[in-house]
Amino acid sequence: MAERVPVIAGIGLSDYPKAPHLDSIGHHVLAAQRALADCGLKKSEIDGFMCAQGNFAAPDNTGAMAEYLGLNPRFFDGTAVGGSSFELHIQHAAMAIGAGIATSILIVYGSDLYTQSGNNPGFGNREAGSKVPGAAQFESPWGNTLIGGYALAAQRHMYQYGTTSEQLAAISVACRKHAQLNPNAMYRKPLTVQDVVNSRLIADPLHLFDCCVVSDGGGAVIVTTEERARDLRQPPVYILGAAAAHTHWNVSQMPDYTVSGAARSGEEAFAQAGLKPQDVDTVQLYDSFTITAMLMLEDLGFCKKGEGGPFAASGALELGGSLPMNTDGGALSSCHPGMRGIFLLIEATRQLRGQAGEAQVAGAEVALACGSGGTLSAMGTVILGKERK
Amino acid sequence: MTDVTAVPVADRPVPLLDSATRPFWEATKRAELLVQECLECGHRQFYPRSICTVCGAVPGWMTSEGKGVVHTFTVVRQTGAYPFNQWTPYAIAVVELDEGPRMMGGVIGCAVEDVRIGMRVEVEFVSVNDEAALPFWRPSAD
Repeated sequence: MAERVPVIAGIGLSDYPKAPHLDSIGHHVLAAQRALADCGLKKSEIDGFMCAQGNFAAPDNTGAMAEYLGLNPRFFDGTAVGGSSFELHIQHAAMAIGAGIATSILIVYGSDLYTQSGNNPGFGNREAGSKVPGAAQFESPWGNTLIGGYALAAQRHMYQYGTTSEQLAAISVACRKHAQLNPNAMYRKPLTVQDVVNSRLIADPLHLFDCCVVSDGGGAVIVTTEERARDLRQPPVYILGAAAAHTHWNVSQMPDYTVSGAARSGEEAFAQAGLKPQDVDTVQLYDSFTITAMLMLEDLGFCKKGEGGPFAASGALELGGSLPMNTDGGALSSCHPGMRGIFLLIEATRQLRGQAGEAQVAGAEVALACGSGGTLSAMGTVILGKERK
Repeated sequence: MTDVTAVPVADRPVPLLDSATRPFWEATKRAELLVQECLECGHRQFYPRSICTVCGAVPGWMTSEGKGVVHTFTVVRQTGAYPFNQWTPYAIAVVELDEGPRMMGGVIGCAVEDVRIGMRVEVEFVSVNDEAALPFWRPSAD
């Protein structure tokens, strides 16, 4: 069998940040239609399908979405581990394409989270007075919140490394600057470090502006072979490395609150790509909270462990800096409909195609996307390149 | 819910006891804090489950002295979830027991502003129903 090289050929976004005219199925459909139109692949050519709705009773679960879209895939994957699911999908898609199990794979996500629940989706809350099964019975009765879970990591990072709220805030500020270049971003007003640290505490030490937005949105990515992409509309973006690492699920089980699984998934993805952190031109990191992205910067090797604070505060993450991050505005300012991993891949692809408009990183040849699922639990790292390795 | 002597319990989510967790919760009703210790490899773990997370054997039980240190914590100042939204701000810690394992729980007996990583704490059980008492943690001298 000839070498089958996996590439990202098509990308599509549904409408965001607020799209009351779409339900979650509508987001999936619109994103898929736009990704097909982006690359020019026919729907009938899709032979692999991936989606991350873990509840198979939900109307947008993997099987139901394939049916709705009129797909009869021979390879499908419903891996659902939260926000990083789509980075894991890329890992699986690259393997399936390499092995000849599928040739053109559609990965799609969509959610109407904002329309359904507004700014307070209340993830993880248990019904008052209910009996909580499984491991969550050792967390839920005390009332920790989703934000409180990430706060445990931020607090420990501050304790061990002297990281400050101002340094964490620099991540929000960089994302907001980039959001100002994205007409669709949810929040575009200028934001300063002082604005972030003066915003109210939600769960110490995380302030309101350390937290991502709640939005609607959907995205789709089409992965195919280099050969099939040759006569499609867009330049191919090569999947140079894709790796996953899981450390825990419930945050009380996190083995080290200052280190995420990205330390392992990053090392493996870089080894596959034959690249080093200094080869990366732009990063799209999961910024559910500022601490999420800061741990990744360290774990992926862009700075040493414990130096994420000074690194973020140096301005390196802003356009014009050494490592522009979240050039669409990120989850912190642009879009987070519940699982953001697909948007990281789409923005990285836009950068490598040279289609990022005012947010274009000049000469971008290598981009890294890193997703986080659960509570810093299941990490997926994808390295993309303009050229084959 | 700072510096409380009586922790509010009405409408808290409560544990659903299962075969692995029942011995732990039953012990809480006797004001005993159990963790698991593997009969094969000696690994200690929490939360209770039916497998040793290191060697895969069936774990046994040991009694903790109920003392430890705050490994990390947060102060929940905003939540939309009833009943907790009545009680903000409250502190949640991950406590590292002197026996090794860590567990999450609420911190009581001091102002939320006074909770610190490294602070010594001891367990205080708060009964929520006939089946379970929740371990909370209060500052201790030793």
